Amino acid sequence: MIEVRQLKKSFGSQLILGGVDLRIETGESAVIIGRSGGGKSVLLKHLIGLLKPESGEVLVDGDPITHMNERQLLRVRRKFGMVFQGAALFDSMTVAENVAFGLRRLEHFTEGEIARRVAATLELVDLPGTQKKKPAELSGGMRKRVGLARAIIYEPRFVLYDEPTTGLDPIVSDSIDHLIMRVRDQLKVTSVVVTHDMRSARRVGNHVFLLHNKKIYAHASPEELFASQDAVVRQFIDGVADSKEIDL
Amino acid sequence: MNFLARTWLGEWLVGLGRLTVMARDSVASCLTFKASRRDLFYQIYFIGIKSQAVVLVTGAFTGMVLTAQTYFQFHKVKMDTATLGVVSVAMCDELGPVLTALMVAGRVGAAIAAELGTMRVTEQIDALRTLATHPIDYLVVPRLLASMLALPLLTVESIVLGILSGYVVGSQLLGIDPVYLYYNMLRYTADIDVVFGLVKSFVYGGIIALIGCYKGLSCGMGAEGVGRATTEAVVYSSITILIANFFLTLVLERLYLMVS
Repeated sequence: MIEVRQLKKSFGSQLILGGVDLRIETGESAVIIGRSGGGKSVLLKHLIGLLKPESGEVLVDGDPITHMNERQLLRVRRKFGMVFQGAALFDSMTVAENVAFGLRRLEHFTEGEIARRVAATLELVDLPGTQKKKPAELSGGMRKRVGLARAIIYEPRFVLYDEPTTGLDPIVSDSIDHLIMRVRDQLKVTSVVVTHDMRSARRVGNHVFLLHNKKIYAHASPEELFASQDAVVRQFIDGVADSKEIDL
Repeated sequence: MNFLARTWLGEWLVGLGRLTVMARDSVASCLTFKASRRDLFYQIYFIGIKSQAVVLVTGAFTGMVLTAQTYFQFHKVKMDTATLGVVSVAMCDELGPVLTALMVAGRVGAAIAAELGTMRVTEQIDALRTLATHPIDYLVVPRLLASMLALPLLTVESIVLGILSGYVVGSQLLGIDPVYLYYNMLRYTADIDVVFGLVKSFVYGGIIALIGCYKGLSCGMGAEGVGRATTEAVVYSSITILIANFFLTLVLERLYLMVS
């Protein structure tokens, strides 16, 4: 279970999160939606301790992580896998080395076992036989798949996705959505997906949080949220710009 | 004054504090042997082996020009044969370690800052952290150890080649008696001069790696941030080496006097 209480974060004088509260139950597939630059990725990075808040708490399985130092956080992060917006693959390594990275750091796997698990995980993300390729040789969609393989190979309990379909064409986006659902169902992980892709949000989530004006404005099941008649929710779901923005 | 404290002075002090904390964490990590041996060997290859050409050329030509300049002055007072003694002491104590460190700072410090800076802006550092890996253990410690091991060895090469090239220039080009040249070189160069040079280069190795890593890990966003981090890594490590050289010389000389 991940719980966020009154989380506040600023960069310089700019307030990004102004008291966010949310709770994600174990096994749930939560989607955080909101406008670009609204603080979704910042919120996601707080869940895994990559950023420290000004105030507020993040609890992972009941343990507060906001006051932990980097070494204490390393133990907590073994429960997590994270897929980055730009995949963040280590460009000096091959696909196999990238995917195996988390396993090697655990230090109790033989090389044969690592190779077998890398092959199996690449199979799961529909990229068999790509072990020897370098990240520069891969397309955007393939890079995200490798990023996902790297995040799930050590079987974490929570997988965080930062804009998994951004920058991909609708067909590749669709395949990534299916992959997220496959990982969720096969590995029984708790998923947290940050996106502004409404089709993706509707499909992969069973609980949707709308981040608006630096706080969680609404949270509900996808069906309830997408049927909402609230003006702010509707504006976001329907993708209607403010008149001021149209003038700009 | 308050304005200064809030701007560059404040930022400089914050940066110094962060660098100190990083140095402390790196030393603690070194003592617990968390670095991968494979990464350490690669960094020794990159910092040590790949820097040899630039260090050897620097050492050789420094030795040659120092020999020529010393000879031109000593010749006036008929002290020609003491030329290589001066070259040798200067190369061991000052020029060998300092010039080697400055050349390595330009090559390696910039490369470290650029590599780590690029990793930061492409979220690879965050990815490392999510994979339960401390950036200090994985990125800083191998570079720090490799730099502190490689710099003394590179400095020895630079000193040897500097003296050797000075000997060739002195005996073959300037016509100084080679036997006296060699004899006086041995006579005026003490073991402690070599030890001072090695201790200094060990410290400079640490300075280059720590400043390069710090600038890379704390660089601003985008290509501009990486470019600035790279430039600052070279400038700050070069200046720190020159300042540290003065204080190290004083401290080492005092220590030697106390011990002896």
